[in-house]
This record gives sequence, C-alpha cells and structure tokens, in this order.
Amino acid sequence: MSALVLDGLAKRYGSFTAVHGASLRIPHGQFVCLLGPSGCGKTTLMRMIAGLEEPSGGRLLIDDRDITAAPAHKRDFGMVFQSLALFPHLTAGENVAYPLRIRGVPAAERRGRAESLLELVRLPGMADRPVSRLSGGQRQRVAIARALALEPKLFLLDEPLSALDAKLREAMQIELKQLQRRLGITTIVVTHDQREAMTMADLVVVMSEGKIRQAAPPMEVYRRPADAFVADFIGMTNLLEGEVTAPGRISVPGGELALEGLPRQGRALLSVRPEEVLLHPATAPGGANRLSGTLSFVRDLGASVEFRIEVAGREIVALTRPQDRPPVEPGGAVTVEIPAGACVVLPPESGVGGGRPS
Amino acid sequence: MIRRAPRSLGEHAPILFPALMLIVFFVIPFGLMIAVSVARRIPGGFYEPDFVFANYERFLTAFFGGVLSFSLELAALVAVVAVGIGFPFTYRLARLPRAAQVRWLVFLLSILSLSEVIIGFAWSTLLSRTAGITNLLVAVGLMAEPQSLSPSFGALLAGMVYQAFPYTVLVLYPALARLDPALVEASRTLGASPAKAFFTVVVPSQRNTIVATLIMAFVFALGSYLLPQLLGRPQHWTLSVLITDQAIYQSNMPFAAAMAVFLVLVSLALVGLALLAGRKEEA
Repeated sequence: MSALVLDGLAKRYGSFTAVHGASLRIPHGQFVCLLGPSGCGKTTLMRMIAGLEEPSGGRLLIDDRDITAAPAHKRDFGMVFQSLALFPHLTAGENVAYPLRIRGVPAAERRGRAESLLELVRLPGMADRPVSRLSGGQRQRVAIARALALEPKLFLLDEPLSALDAKLREAMQIELKQLQRRLGITTIVVTHDQREAMTMADLVVVMSEGKIRQAAPPMEVYRRPADAFVADFIGMTNLLEGEVTAPGRISVPGGELALEGLPRQGRALLSVRPEEVLLHPATAPGGANRLSGTLSFVRDLGASVEFRIEVAGREIVALTRPQDRPPVEPGGAVTVEIPAGACVVLPPESGVGGGRPS
Repeated sequence: MIRRAPRSLGEHAPILFPALMLIVFFVIPFGLMIAVSVARRIPGGFYEPDFVFANYERFLTAFFGGVLSFSLELAALVAVVAVGIGFPFTYRLARLPRAAQVRWLVFLLSILSLSEVIIGFAWSTLLSRTAGITNLLVAVGLMAEPQSLSPSFGALLAGMVYQAFPYTVLVLYPALARLDPALVEASRTLGASPAKAFFTVVVPSQRNTIVATLIMAFVFALGSYLLPQLLGRPQHWTLSVLITDQAIYQSNMPFAAAMAVFLVLVSLALVGLALLAGRKEEA
C-alpha cells in the first residue's frame, strides 16, 4: 500500500524551472520534511501537492488514484500556511469550523467538533476568541486545528513555525510530532531549518535548485549524505577532496588516508563530521590517518568545544566534549585523526561546496 | 509607539491646520447656509435675515417628499451597483501582474478627468436612436430597428454608475491589494470552490471596506444634479436638481438652502445609521 506518489512532478515558469521532475513515494502515516535553502523549490512542490499550483509535467497519485488535475477543494488535504491565513472576520472556533460549514455540517454539530478540535491542539475554551486576540503560538494551534477539521488524507504545513520565537518553535516541533503520531496522519512539512527536520521527520527530503538530492530517514541523511550539497546543508561537515593513489588509499592536502569504499582511481570527495574528527597533541605517538596542523581558533560552546585547525592551508573543524579537550592552545601544533569509519565518500565535485570546509 | 490622547497645545498642533481648513471651508459656509435657510424671501427680490421656518414647511409636502425619497433611493442603488461591479473587478485587478494593474489604474484615473457634462452627453449619444449602440445590435441582427434608450431611468443609472465606478475602485484597491492571497488558498484547501471562497472569505473579511465604499459612493451620487437632467426624465430629477433650480433660476436662496440643509442632515443620519449597524454586528 502506498499513500502518496509523486511521479516526475515538474513546474516551469517560462524558461525558469522551479521544480525538475520530482519523484517520491510516501507511505501512509509518514512524517516527511521537505528541506532546503530558500528558492530550492520546496514550497512550489508542496503547492503542487496541495493543488494550488498546476504542475507543468508529471503525475500525482494518492492510493493509486491520479489526482494531478483535481482542484484544491476536491483533494481533502489540510494545509497550514506560512502566514497561517486565519480568517480575520471569524473567531477561533469559527475558523476551525469553517471547513465544516463549507461541507454543510449543521451549526450545533460544528460547534461541538470545533471545541473538541481546539482541545486536541490544547486550546480548550478559546472558541469565542477573535483571531486578533490570540498570541502567535495560539494562532498556530488554531491553524493546525482548522487544517485537521476534515480528517484530511494528507496534512501539509508550509514553514509553519517560522514566525515563532526559538523556544516556542522547539516546543511546537515536539508537540506537532506527537500530534502526528497520535493521529497517524501522513504529514508533509516544508522547512529550511535542518534541526526542525531532524526533530520531526521520519523521512527527510533534501532539495536544492529544484531537484530532490536525497530522500532518507534523518540519521541516514546525516550519516550517509548522498552528495556534497546534502553533507554541507545538514549540520556541519568537513569536505576533503583527494586523489586515489592506491586501492584503499587517498591523498588529501596534508597527508594520506586509508579508507574503504573509495573508487579504484581518480578524484573523490570525503565528508567527515566535526564530532568524528579526533585531536591529539602533536607529541602523541603517530598512527594511521593522522594529519598534522596548527590550531587556529577555539570556540567554547558550553556542551562542546569547537576547534578550527589549519592543515596544509585548509581548515578542518573538530568538535569535542569539554572533558576531551586536548592540551593545546591556539597557535600550537596539533595532530588531527580522521578515523577510517567516519568518512563518507561522495562523488567528486557533486554540487555546491565541493572541496570547501564549512 | 505611545498611544494616548494628546494633552498640551503642542501635541494638538498637527491637527490645528486641518481643523482650521475644515472650519473655514466647511463649518462657516454650512453655518451661512443654515442662516440663509431661515431667512425670509422678498418676492421678486432677494432675501433678508429673519428666523422663520416657512422654507422648511414648504417642502414637507408629498411632492418634495417623493423627490427626496427618489434621490436617496437612486443614490443607494448607484452605490450598490457601483460596489457590486467594482468589488469583483478590483479583486481581479489586484491579482493582475504589476504592469497591467498600473495600466488599468491610469485608465480609471483618466476617466476622473472627464467632466460630468462630457460623461452625460457621451452617454446620451451612446444611447440615442441615431448614433447609439442599438445601431450595432441592428447591424448584427439582434434588433429589428434602432431605438432611443435615453432619457430613461436605465440611462440615468448607467451614467451615474459610470461616474462613481473609478472612485469605487480607487477606494477599494488599497484594501484588496493588501488582502493575503493565502486566505483564499486556505479556504480552497478547506473545501471551498473559487466562488464559495470569494463569498465566504473575501467579501466578509472586507466588510468594513465595503461599507465605507458604499457610503462614499452614496454621498457622491446624492450630489449629482447634471446627469439626472441629461439622462433622466423630469420624474427622475433629484433633490439636487430642484435645489439648483431654486437657487439659480428661481432666485429663491432661502428655500434652496433649506433643502440643502435637510439633504445634508438626512444623508448624515443615513451614514451614521450604516456605521452604527456595522459596529453592532462587529461586537
């Protein structure tokens, strides 16, 4: 059984292509995040799913039924907009009951269902509040309750938490995830915040320049990025470009590393997460996969310490726990160890940020 | 920003100039008009100051009552038709590409530069038997022979709506241009067809704008005195026509002033009622 299938969905505006044929299969009950920088086509893709934008090509299927040409109001999808789009002339309860009113549900029943929906989003007794007298977080919840009022087959949210302050946003992310799990509703969220995506998603879809770069569970996207763009966009990473010298050996600026999964020959790009990089004092005994460099900058982040090390004219970032901090001061020599298992081998020059540490 | 009532003279200063202008150009002339309306007319001459209500008594008759109620009804109808056409028009206009919007707005503004006289004669030509649109309908075979459509109530209504339309659009435009397009999209995803979304979201969310525009068009149409004479029959003459007639042709200033005062009071009362009704619904 497959819930939602995107089959080569594309959108062109004149000569500009906003979304290149996007193909994706979303099983029932999944929480999907469309993640990417602004202008990557994620919102356009969601608007095509919602029926607000007509695709220039491709098909959209739900439960094997083709809905590519179905108008938005016949799709039974609930959507939360970035601006929330609460109706200013209605109270919170009337906003939630609006879709029921459109369907011709009698007034008395509408009222009861609006109240229970407001309870679901933890806003009991707020039905008679005008929208203008709600706080940002409360408006958020009203918009969610309204989108869920018709028990939609698909729950769409376009940057829903971007207007909230950081603390409230974190709380809402967790709450939204719990709500989704309780209702078991297939959900798609558009976001540019990779923390938000990692917090909520079962499936992260990373997009850039109108293309889907990778669609995988959050930890897989983090640990096994498909290309340099994904590695760079999800969290921090060190990208090292090198030349394969012998089977299983690669020469990078500052030394040679022994790794598995390298191509037989030619150039390759390595991605190493800062927290995987190990630091040793320059006086420590030598070992495999070690590069020597100079510590250029230290940043104490409280829960962790960030080191920037210059190795052969390039910067490598390392992150350690405060208690593992090596006894080296900025300007001192330090040995960097890149464990063989920590490297992800990417195709060379695949996308932006190729060969650039970040 | 601090929001409190201004206290010192200095804080009141910004409104002193407009207040002065309002007094000089509205309060004083209106006061003069009230004074004239209770003056006594000298038959064959002008008028002398007095305090008599004879002028008011004179138009509390069936004839003037009929003219007054026709004037109010006509103005209300013009306002409703102008907003009825203007609102959907402006809604579509505000969603056009920027360049197309500017072209339309310039076109509408250019209509404002036409004088009432030109508009009146243009419509009477357009609706005439010899040169009017019925000739076109005959040419395409929809009508047997050309007809004169003016003067008539329809012609008067068309001319007055034409005149009020650009004002209506210009008053509605800022509010509709600010309307969040996501509101309509939200209502579409919640199951409303485009027409239903328009009537359940766009129209109610703009209620205050619509009421304000209706009042503006109503007051505007109430003052029209040339078009009723050019496009209407004598039974379509409004109170404004009678006021002009009394003031200019009959030289009966006190009576004209009395009618004018009464018209202002009645329209103020109606506008007040409309605002009151709007406020009550909101509460």
